[in-house]
Amino acid sequence: MLDYETLKLVWWLLVGVLLLGFAVMDGHDMGVGTLLPFIGKNDVERRVIINTVGPHWDGNQVWFITGGGAIFAAWPLVYATAFSGFYWAMLAVLWALFFRPVGFDYRSKIDNPTWRKTWDWGLFVGGAVPSLIFGVAFGNLLQGVPFHFESNLMPVYTGSFWGLLNPFALLAGVVSFAMLTFHGANYLMIRTEGAVYQRAKFASTLFGGVMLLAFAGAGVWVAMGIAGYVITSPVDPGALPNPLDKTVAVQAGAWLANFTAQPLLWAIPGAGLAGGLLGIVCARADKPLLAFIASAVAELGVIGTAGVAMFPFVMPSSTDLRSSLTVWDSVSSHLTLSVMFWAALIFTPIVIAYTGWAYRVMSGKVTADYIEANNKSAY
Amino acid sequence: MIDSTVVDLSRLQFAATAFYHFLFVPLTLGLSILLAIMETVYVMSGKEIYRDMTKFWGKLFGINFALGVTTGITMEFQFGTNWAYYSHYVGDIFGAPLAIEGLMAFFLESTFIGLFFFGWDRLSKRGHLVINYLTGIASNFSALWILIANGWMQNPVGSEFSFVTMRMEMTSFADLLLNPAAQAKFVHTVSAGYVTGSIFVLGISSWYLLRGVHVEFARRSFRIAASFGLAAACSVIVLGDESGYAVTEHQQTKLAALEAMWKTEPAPAPFTLFALPDDQQRTNHAEVQIPYALGLIATRSTDTVLPGIDQLEVRAAERIVTGIEAVKLLEKLRAGSASETEKTRFAAIKDDLGYGLLLKKYTADVAQATPEMIARAARDTIPDVAPMFWTFRIMVVLGFLMLALMLIAFWESAKNRIGEKRWLLRWALWSIPLPWLACEMGWFVAEYGRQPWTIYGILPTNLSTSALSSASLYGSLAGFVGFYTLLLVAEMYLMVKFARLGPASLGTGRYEGESALLNPAK
Repeated sequence: MLDYETLKLVWWLLVGVLLLGFAVMDGHDMGVGTLLPFIGKNDVERRVIINTVGPHWDGNQVWFITGGGAIFAAWPLVYATAFSGFYWAMLAVLWALFFRPVGFDYRSKIDNPTWRKTWDWGLFVGGAVPSLIFGVAFGNLLQGVPFHFESNLMPVYTGSFWGLLNPFALLAGVVSFAMLTFHGANYLMIRTEGAVYQRAKFASTLFGGVMLLAFAGAGVWVAMGIAGYVITSPVDPGALPNPLDKTVAVQAGAWLANFTAQPLLWAIPGAGLAGGLLGIVCARADKPLLAFIASAVAELGVIGTAGVAMFPFVMPSSTDLRSSLTVWDSVSSHLTLSVMFWAALIFTPIVIAYTGWAYRVMSGKVTADYIEANNKSAY
Repeated sequence: MIDSTVVDLSRLQFAATAFYHFLFVPLTLGLSILLAIMETVYVMSGKEIYRDMTKFWGKLFGINFALGVTTGITMEFQFGTNWAYYSHYVGDIFGAPLAIEGLMAFFLESTFIGLFFFGWDRLSKRGHLVINYLTGIASNFSALWILIANGWMQNPVGSEFSFVTMRMEMTSFADLLLNPAAQAKFVHTVSAGYVTGSIFVLGISSWYLLRGVHVEFARRSFRIAASFGLAAACSVIVLGDESGYAVTEHQQTKLAALEAMWKTEPAPAPFTLFALPDDQQRTNHAEVQIPYALGLIATRSTDTVLPGIDQLEVRAAERIVTGIEAVKLLEKLRAGSASETEKTRFAAIKDDLGYGLLLKKYTADVAQATPEMIARAARDTIPDVAPMFWTFRIMVVLGFLMLALMLIAFWESAKNRIGEKRWLLRWALWSIPLPWLACEMGWFVAEYGRQPWTIYGILPTNLSTSALSSASLYGSLAGFVGFYTLLLVAEMYLMVKFARLGPASLGTGRYEGESALLNPAK
């Protein structure tokens, strides 16, 4: 069994891997959903767009489900505090996601324009709303969240839903929304041709550009105007987790401290910018597969930047500093982290392997002819 | 103090969302296996009709599966949103099987279900069959991991309380996996799913036979459903999890409540066939009993005494008194002012901590609890008898009704007389809602029977919620129920529409009623 400190670090990385898996896989089909009503100008085009992700959206969505389960198992205090605190934001995500399984499966089963258009907008909501809210959530984590623990470790959130929608958080929301839509546009280019392809290409440039501007803007904002958090008491990373057993201070520039201490880490935000730029360039040069890989790298960079900036914090408290949750004190027991580590180590590569195989089986362009020929069975 | 409106609304929301989710799960479990059987026959016999059967029942499977996924998303996150203290207190154990379910089962099921629907022309015959099998196996594995999590709520093994982290922690992953409560629930639940799938196929096939359409298609579907359904109906009854209830003390309260055993009877206890349980007077009216039967069924022995509600309450009261001491010691331990003797004492009695916490319903300071409060808390440990008694009996009666249907359907199918007895076809058609009713009753017995605990003997339901306002809960409850109901209406509409079309909906040109479909109205 790995020692407790190592496992705590590994789980910080693994949660990052799951978030990235979610952004790369579910992110692209959410982006496709967001673009659907705008890029598809008629029913056949919309069916083409939907069927590019038809066989895959369900498997991709499990990155989200498993991410939730893994946070429950590895960081139960984060799971409890964040999801109950961000109650209405979380419900908005869940309710938006409800449109996806039914939207995909039910839309084309009835040949009625109103029915189909309704589900098209449902798929838009299911893609756009979660994409936006995930960024808003990260924007709030970076600023600290108003919550505290009672003496029995009951988490109590004292902010409001509207308080989550502050300017910086909304900017972070634009980053994630544009990033996933950019990624979805690149995916659509791989799987389509003709007019849909051309519109996806335009969307790639548009949302890639927005993502770059918003990401750079958020970076400047963090550097200039957002104070970070530091642990001021001695840290024993191998100790039994108790979030109330520390002192924390707010310090200007603290979110840059990790980058200053390890200049190599600047490569992570660098990957966010370079991935975005390369993605746009490759899409413009009609190399959609490369563009897709580049936008995945951009996602790695953006998510990694937020994670590294805050490390070791996961969810700082703005109102009761010592209640802040860190990778050291919001974790499960040594045994659970170990069991879950092995489960993740064994199953994640297997999942990636068969997912890759499933994409290979279904590869190639989805065309109007395909929709025509499979009128009854295609989405 | 705890806001009891928040607790009640949180319970209602969980019950409502779980109820909806469980409308779709049993059919997924059952149909996934039936689809695998149908496609196996197709690959072995090469007869096209079996491929059409796989595709058609698969279409209905897909309509159902979509809502299973939709309502399932909620379940994965609702512990965090609405049961924050629960999530903190037991996430160390409970979270693990949920996460492993995702990694090991749900990924597999969801990835291959896409290939099941869209891979017919891209995979070899055998390749597609393998996909079908993997989807079915994965959905059953999903059920296994979820029931391992749920089994731990019923019978919390392999874990202990840690005062430093203020929560339950896993001590043995193997105990969690091999929990007898989880094993019994798994077998019982998936069998119930198989019965649901079988009656669904049997009922709709009978409907075609009654109308005289798609006769060959319906007869073959009927045969498969009757054979598989008979095996499943036997297993659901023989492996019913009542025997599991006798295993532990915690489950004994559930057993006593659902059998309305107010008094401890000498072994072997009689089985109460009929009674009117009276929760106020704490007695049964108009009782009809079968001597010895319950003792034999529940303990598989003639001399093991099953404790009645009277004994269980006395035992609970004793544990509550020890629990008060444990709560007081825990406060000292948390404050860092406990002596070594007190630490040792706490370790010895911490299993009763949860019983002490039951008093939080009546007083913020457990140390000040009055004997009257202790008596009320002890009484709380027994779930309301009348609802338990009735839901359990309705479930059992439905189970035997379905077994009878399957027996006759199988007999007719073995005699090669499918479709000759119209009363049987009508019976099968009208039986379609029964498995759902039985499943929801069974879920009620298991989960309502767990009250007043979320984790039996460990964490009272009252203390498990999030710190939310009742306004938030009214809003979210209304949102869930409204949204789910709309989706359910859409689902039922499509289900009926496609069941009515039958295999004609595949557009193969081989089934009657397709000409109307060739030029669908734009």
